Amino acid sequence: MITKRIIPCLDVKDGRVVKGVNFEGLADVSSPVSLAKYYSDNGADELVFYDITASAEGRKLFTDILLEVAATIFIPLTVGGGINTVDDFDRVLKCGADKVSVNSGAIKNPRLVEDAAKKYGDQCVVLSADIKRVDGKFTVFAKGGRENTGMEAIEWIKRCVGMGAGEIVVNSIDTDGVKQGFDLEMLDAVSNAVSVPVIASGGAGKIDDFVRLFKTLPKVDAGLAASIFHFSEVDIKELKRTLRENDIIVRL
Amino acid sequence: MIAIVDYGVGNLFSLKSSFAAIGYPAEVTGDPERIRSADKVILPGVGAFEDAAKKLRDTGLDSAVKDAAKAGKPLLGICLGMQMLFDKSLEYGEHQGLGLINGTVEPIEGVIPRRLKIPHIGWNALHLYGESPIFKYTKEGDCVYFVHSYHGVTDAENVIADTEYGAPLTAAVQSGNVFGYQFHPEKSGAVGLDILRAFCEI
Repeated sequence: MITKRIIPCLDVKDGRVVKGVNFEGLADVSSPVSLAKYYSDNGADELVFYDITASAEGRKLFTDILLEVAATIFIPLTVGGGINTVDDFDRVLKCGADKVSVNSGAIKNPRLVEDAAKKYGDQCVVLSADIKRVDGKFTVFAKGGRENTGMEAIEWIKRCVGMGAGEIVVNSIDTDGVKQGFDLEMLDAVSNAVSVPVIASGGAGKIDDFVRLFKTLPKVDAGLAASIFHFSEVDIKELKRTLRENDIIVRL
Repeated sequence: MIAIVDYGVGNLFSLKSSFAAIGYPAEVTGDPERIRSADKVILPGVGAFEDAAKKLRDTGLDSAVKDAAKAGKPLLGICLGMQMLFDKSLEYGEHQGLGLINGTVEPIEGVIPRRLKIPHIGWNALHLYGESPIFKYTKEGDCVYFVHSYHGVTDAENVIADTEYGAPLTAAVQSGNVFGYQFHPEKSGAVGLDILRAFCEI
């Protein structure tokens, strides 16, 4: 059967990994290429790169780096950040990305999901949704969680899957950074509403959080995290060994 | 020289890079003569069968690929490129393939249980059959990366690996000097690179 995936996420600004990275034995911890290679050699099933640069020069640097990563690392790569048009899809796919993640760009223009899926296939289009409870309702936020769109999250996700989104990243703003575990209630609601793969994001603090995620919600396909991997709080190889000991199918 | 057939379908950057990474530089080419003179030929492909098969015919590269196979050169189809080696495909109608592997490309819908998602996408384990040279570095149960909704149905003796997704799906085929992988070796980490290396060493 298909293995559950563990996905480290790298935020890249002006060609460097940001959000602080702390690795022993890695000479250049903020080089996206060396960090990506480290993860690839140590059990990551896939990598996500978010381009958080705002400038055109930063964007150019990002695509140069992506090319270098794609020439060095041979596992699936997903790219997000600043994806607003089909041309943006084209730009990162040409640099070796396999999947492209859309968030605010899809909220501004939902047809982006449809157009990109028609051109590149559903499997290429990842919808990333930042979701927060507002008056007890799952609500979609835009612009990195700063702007309440007022949209109900499950409806939004179903609409995007209907337009061709082939995979959903559910990022819970409520649990993000808290490190007390994934937002199981939110993930349960999403994974029961759609039949495409669901990736859990936001809240993982320790190995047991991943075990609980996959044990409680067998429909969830992957767990994504950033700082706990970057700061070696969770070692991916150890994480996957523990998952296997708990009868969760992973690639070792 | 290893030729990667470029017929305007998909992005060949990762594939070319993966051959470079194992020390067997490959040439991406749409020139039939380069393909005929290559030692080994790679037929890649993503997207829909009908569109890809039409592009391969329109560029005249279908006969170059067949000539290479007839000349006994190792030919490797990857993903949709593997499916095009078959006699025909049932993807949105019925479409002719290159006829280098007996059989038909059929939807996995109806083969796998309904609770499972389509496409079959992600890392899954290989079950190996026989002693194919392309798996000389591969172990039973090694995981590779799949993205597909159709698979090739052929004689059991041609299936050198399958993978379990509620039902066995064809993962790799061989008929003489013609090979095909349903998975993406260029996205399958060290296991994938070893499979490509074994092909290069044939």
